[in-house]
Amino acid sequence: MSKKVLVIGEVRDGAFRNVSFEAIAAAKEISADGEIVGVVLGDNVSGLANEMIHYGADKVLTVESDKLADYTPEGYSQALQAVIDQEDPEGIVLGHTAIGKDVSPKIAARIGSGLVSDAVGIEAAGEEVIFTRPIYSGKAFEKVVVKDGIVFATIRPNNIPALEKDDSRSGDVQSVDVDIKDLNTIIKDVVRNTTSGVDLSEASVIVAGGRGMKSEENFDILQELADVLGAAVGASRGACDAEYCDYALQIGQTGKVVTPDLYIAVGISGAIQHVAGMSNSKIIVAINKDPEAEIFQIADYGIVGDLFDIVPKLTEEFKKVLV
Amino acid sequence: MNIYVILKRTFDTEEKIQIENGEIVEDGAEFIINPYDEYAIEEAIQIRDEHGGEVTLVTVGDEEAEKQLRTGLAMGADKAVLIEDEDVEDGDQFSTQAILAAYLQDKDADIILGGNVAVDGGSGQVGPRLAEQLGFNHVTSVVKIDIADGKATIEKDVEGDQQIVEVSLPVVVTAQQGLNEPRYPSLPGIMKAKKKPLETLDLDDLDLDEDDVEGKTKTVDRYLPPEKEAGKILEGELDDQVKELVSLLKNEAKVI
Ligand SMILES: Cc1cc2nc3c(=O)[nH]c(=O)nc-3n(C[C@H](O)[C@H](O)[C@H](O)COP(=O)(O)OP(=O)(O)OC[C@H]3O[C@@H](n4cnc5c(N)ncnc54)[C@H](O)[C@@H]3O)c2cc1C
Ligand SMILES: Cc1cc2nc3c(=O)[nH]c(=O)nc-3n(C[C@H](O)[C@H](O)[C@H](O)COP(=O)(O)OP(=O)(O)OC[C@H]3O[C@@H](n4cnc5c(N)ncnc54)[C@H](O)[C@@H]3O)c2cc1C
Repeated sequence: MSKKVLVIGEVRDGAFRNVSFEAIAAAKEISADGEIVGVVLGDNVSGLANEMIHYGADKVLTVESDKLADYTPEGYSQALQAVIDQEDPEGIVLGHTAIGKDVSPKIAARIGSGLVSDAVGIEAAGEEVIFTRPIYSGKAFEKVVVKDGIVFATIRPNNIPALEKDDSRSGDVQSVDVDIKDLNTIIKDVVRNTTSGVDLSEASVIVAGGRGMKSEENFDILQELADVLGAAVGASRGACDAEYCDYALQIGQTGKVVTPDLYIAVGISGAIQHVAGMSNSKIIVAINKDPEAEIFQIADYGIVGDLFDIVPKLTEEFKKVLV
Repeated sequence: MNIYVILKRTFDTEEKIQIENGEIVEDGAEFIINPYDEYAIEEAIQIRDEHGGEVTLVTVGDEEAEKQLRTGLAMGADKAVLIEDEDVEDGDQFSTQAILAAYLQDKDADIILGGNVAVDGGSGQVGPRLAEQLGFNHVTSVVKIDIADGKATIEKDVEGDQQIVEVSLPVVVTAQQGLNEPRYPSLPGIMKAKKKPLETLDLDDLDLDEDDVEGKTKTVDRYLPPEKEAGKILEGELDDQVKELVSLLKNEAKVI
C-alpha cells in the first residue's frame, strides 16, 4: 500500500497546531510506505514547512498569498484544488478544527468523494483503512470504511498520537503558485476572545468550571488550580451563559471537543451536550455538591461536597506533591 | 426572499442508545428535529417576517420524518418537502448532498439554512457539501445574520472567537447555538400546520438513479463504548479525600 497522502497543516499565530502533526501520523497509518505530502497555506508560512518533515512528512508544498492570510472557504479550496490537481493523491487528512470542518466537506463535494469526519482512530486492515468515529454525541461509535475514491478524513485533536519529532529528517519544500481569484467572503472583523496560552483542544490537563462557580471572580480559584497543574481552564455552557467566563472556554457539542489525560469538572452537572465534548478524556474527576449529578456517572473519581472548600485544598495538596 | 431549511429527524438527545448487530435500535425511541436545525427554522421564520417571502422545509428521510416537518410548519414555516430515501445503498453524507442538491438546484433559493451538526451522525458535512454542489457560498456555525442589499453580514463562531463576514447571496448557512431562541409551536400554529402543503418526493421525481447517490463510505460496525467501571466516590474527612484524590491521580491513574 504505497498511496500518496496529503496532510493539510494548520497554522495559528505563527505555529502549527499540534493536530497537524497528528494528521501526519494518521496519514502513515493510511499508507505505511507511501509518500506523505505536507501542505501549508497562508501568507508567510514557508519558514515553518520543515517542521512537518521533522514529524514524518516526506515533502511539503506551500501555497502563499495575501488572500490566504485569513481562512476563507473559497481561498483555501482554490489553493487546495490546485494542490490536489498537481499531486493526484489517494488520501487527504487534516484536523477536525473550525477550519477543517468548514473546508473539508466543500473539497469532498468538489471532487465527488466521501469524507470521514472527526475520526478518533485509524487502523489499516489489508487494503482497507478502518476509521473509528463517535456518533450520537459520543454515546456510541461507528467504524467506517471508504468504498470508493480518495481516502479523505478529518481527525479529532489529541486522539491519534503524533510521531516522535526527528530534527534530522529532511525533505523537499516546494512552493505552488496559485492565482487565487476574488473571494466572495469578506472578513470584516475578528473578535479574539482572551484565552491563556494553552489551546484547550490540545491541553493534557483541563480544569473546567460550571454554573456552580457562581461568579466570574470565583473562576480565579480554578485558574490557581490550573496553574499548579500546568492545565488549561475550560467551562460549561452554563458558566458561559451566566457570564462567568468567555465562550472561548466552552467545552461540549457547541464548544470545544477535548480529550485530555485529566479532566477535572467543578460545579458542572454533566448534561449530555457537555459530556459530548469531554467524555473521551482519559481520567475524569468530578467535584459537585449533588451526589446525584450526572457527571458522577462518567467520573473515575469523585468528591461530593462544596467546591469552594475542595478546590483550594486540592490546589495546596497538588502543590505539595508536584514540587 | 426564497428561504429553504434543510432539517434532519434525529434521536432525542436524552435517549439511551442501544445497538443490536451493529445497528441502532430505533424501536420505541423518541425522535426530534435535530436541535441545531430548530435554530435554522427559527431564523428562517424571522428572516421571512422581516423581508417577506416563503420558508420551505426539506428533509431526506423516511415517512416518519413527516412528524418533524409538521412541527416545523407549526412553528411557522410555509411548506415542507419530504424526499424519501429508501433503496439507496449505504447512504452517507455524499448521498444526502446529492439528493438535496437535485431538489434545490432549480429553486432559486436566496438562502438555505441548516444545522451546524446533526446530533446523531455528527459530521457537520451536509451544509458545506450542498453549498459547493449548488455553487453557493457557505458560512458555518453562525450566531447572527443580517440581510440587506443582496448581501448577508454574518457573525460566526470560530472555536469561541467571533468572526464577522460578509457574503453575497445565495448562501448556505449552518446554525450554531446562540443564533436565537426557537419558539414553541402554538396551538393555532399546530392546527394550521395540518393544512399546510407537504409534498412527498422520491428519487424518480428528482431524476436520480439509486446509483447516482450511492454512498462513498460505508459503516461496517456500530458499538457502545465499553461500560465504564463505576467511578470511585471518595469518603471520609474532606482533607483526607483531597489527599487520597491527589494520590490516586499520581499513583493509580498516573496522569500527574
Ligand atoms: C443545542 C444545545 C447545545 C448545547 N451545547 C452545550 C455545550 O457545548 N457545552 C455545555 O456545557 N452545555 C451545552 N448545552 C447546555 C447544557 O444542556 C447544560 O444546560 C449546561 O451544560 C449546564 O451547565 P452547568 O453544568 O454548568 O450548569 P448546571 O446544570 O446548572 O449545573 C451546575 C452544577 O453545579 C453544582 N454546584 C452548585 N453549587 C456548587 C457548589 N458550591 N459546590 C459544588 N457543586 C456545586 C450543582 O449541583 C450542579 O450540578 C447545550 C444545550 C443545547 C440545547
Ligand atoms: C439515502 C440515504 C440512506 C441512508 N442510510 C443510512 C443508514 O443506513 N444508516 C445511517 O446511519 N445513516 C444513513 N443515512 C444518513 C447519512 O449517513 C448521514 O447521517 C446523513 O447524510 C447526514 O450526515 P450527518 O448525520 O453527519 O449530518 P450533518 O452533516 O452533521 O448534518 C448537518 C446538517 O445538515 C442537514 N441535514 C443532515 N441530514 C439531512 C437530511 N437527511 N435531510 C435534510 N437535511 C439534512 C441538517 O441541517 C443538519 O443539521 C442515509 C442517508 C441517505 C441520504
